[in-house]
Amino acid sequence: MADTLIAPVADEAPPVEERRRSPRVRKTPVTYLLRFIVTAYLFFLVAWPVSLVVTNTFDNGWESIRSLLEDPDMVVALQLSAYVAVWSVLINTVFGVGMSLLLVRYEFPGKRALNALLDLPLSVSPIVVGLALVLVYGGRNGWFGPTLAGWGIDVIFSTPGIIMATTFVALPLMIRELVPVLEEIGIEQEQAAESLGANGLQRFWRITLPSIKWGITYGVVLTLARSLGEFGAVKVVSGNVLGQTRTATLAVEEKYLNFDQQGAYATAFLLAMVSVACIVIVGIIRPKNHN
Amino acid sequence: MIWFSALVLIPLAAVVVTAIDGGWDVFWATITNGQTAAAIRLTVFTAAGVTAVNVVMGPLIAWVLVRDRFWGKSVLEVLIDIPFALPTIVAGLVLLSLYGTGSPIGIDIANQRPAVFLAFLFVTLPFVVRMVQPVLEELDRDVEEAAASLGASRFTTFRRIILPSLTPAITAGAALSFARGVSEYGSLVLLSGNLPFKTEVTSVRILSSIENDNVAAAAAVATVLLAISLAVIVVLDLIQRRVAARG
Repeated sequence: MADTLIAPVADEAPPVEERRRSPRVRKTPVTYLLRFIVTAYLFFLVAWPVSLVVTNTFDNGWESIRSLLEDPDMVVALQLSAYVAVWSVLINTVFGVGMSLLLVRYEFPGKRALNALLDLPLSVSPIVVGLALVLVYGGRNGWFGPTLAGWGIDVIFSTPGIIMATTFVALPLMIRELVPVLEEIGIEQEQAAESLGANGLQRFWRITLPSIKWGITYGVVLTLARSLGEFGAVKVVSGNVLGQTRTATLAVEEKYLNFDQQGAYATAFLLAMVSVACIVIVGIIRPKNHN
Repeated sequence: MIWFSALVLIPLAAVVVTAIDGGWDVFWATITNGQTAAAIRLTVFTAAGVTAVNVVMGPLIAWVLVRDRFWGKSVLEVLIDIPFALPTIVAGLVLLSLYGTGSPIGIDIANQRPAVFLAFLFVTLPFVVRMVQPVLEELDRDVEEAAASLGASRFTTFRRIILPSLTPAITAGAALSFARGVSEYGSLVLLSGNLPFKTEVTSVRILSSIENDNVAAAAAVATVLLAISLAVIVVLDLIQRRVAARG
């Protein structure tokens, strides 16, 4: 912001004296050097490798993508990934809104600890997440696993486990989006609505929800990207049963290790497309959100 | 609350309980086991090294993105976010295509230690940049100009005026990127080859313990990682409070 406001003014040929004294606005060799370093760094670290995956995918034109989509196991894997991602987004949205309201609107003992612990899923290793879920919900000797198995619910090595693992790792994203928005809008409007006789549900539906809808949209996009891409935690809990609990990310690894590089690159390309699409969508939403 | 406990707190508690079930001696023996200790050392040192690189490159990138204007800058903005959004396994494959066997520039570091460093560098790229960027945007330029008009050199202005206000953001970003580096798994599977004592990181060590049905050992190592994550979170919380207190 500051950049766009100040720079044009300064560009209008200030007196030579002044230009010499405020070098920060002027373009010096250092500016170009920094620009070059940053561009080169990002090019070698991100841009070139990513573009290589695209070219590797299209080595034989559309052939590899087509054969991928004709492979029934692969179709099941992609469907499973999408199914899990949708569930995880739904769960995280509902509970994310609830938790954010709880954190912003109410005071209770242990709030600060809860707030800090919410970041744990972002910094803990996905493998540890998987292990933790297996220890509690594992069918044979987990804490709750045998009981749940007795009711006929298998969590680990089946779809619910994958959904849980995915929800776990994507959990903070929605909350971290919503808390600042909720803090900013305050509660005056809701109090006004309450004094006019609106009940809790009406207030939430007509006042709170519309004002946080961009926050939610942003959170959904981030959660979706994270959920589709989760690998480590899913690998531990899924058992990777072909056609049943193999997700798209697990398929990338397997295909690569089986020397099916074309297939691996094609699957990676599809996943990368989705995540790049998510970034672009977020980039479009963000400015609107600020205004 | 119940939902959060069932999904996050109870499972993580289970890890710690399982780890200390066998007693302190067993726990200590597990994590000082040669191969495990080597894995932990590699992970922590590499993550620290990568964090050091990020502490230098992150503010630099943020600086260029905020203060400089040139054609193609919005592309760079998107590039920064790619490592965060890309599935980690795809990230591994992506790096392998340029720096692995059959590399078009003739660099093959697959299955070697630099590969671990490179993978960490890739996945932790956004953290420092994204923490520093908003702070830099908010920064008042009048102060810098005042410093310059009082005769401060560019370097002095940077060191005395800009750097102090960026420090909390840089520290927070560094903590996040260290935590992320230590816990990284997906991108390394294909890239590093997971050779014991050489390129095997802690997460991989845990996974192989799980696959060998040695849950107690897995839990012990996992507890070490959990402790690191918790430490990072405490650091972040302290920084946030300090910034909030300052106003």
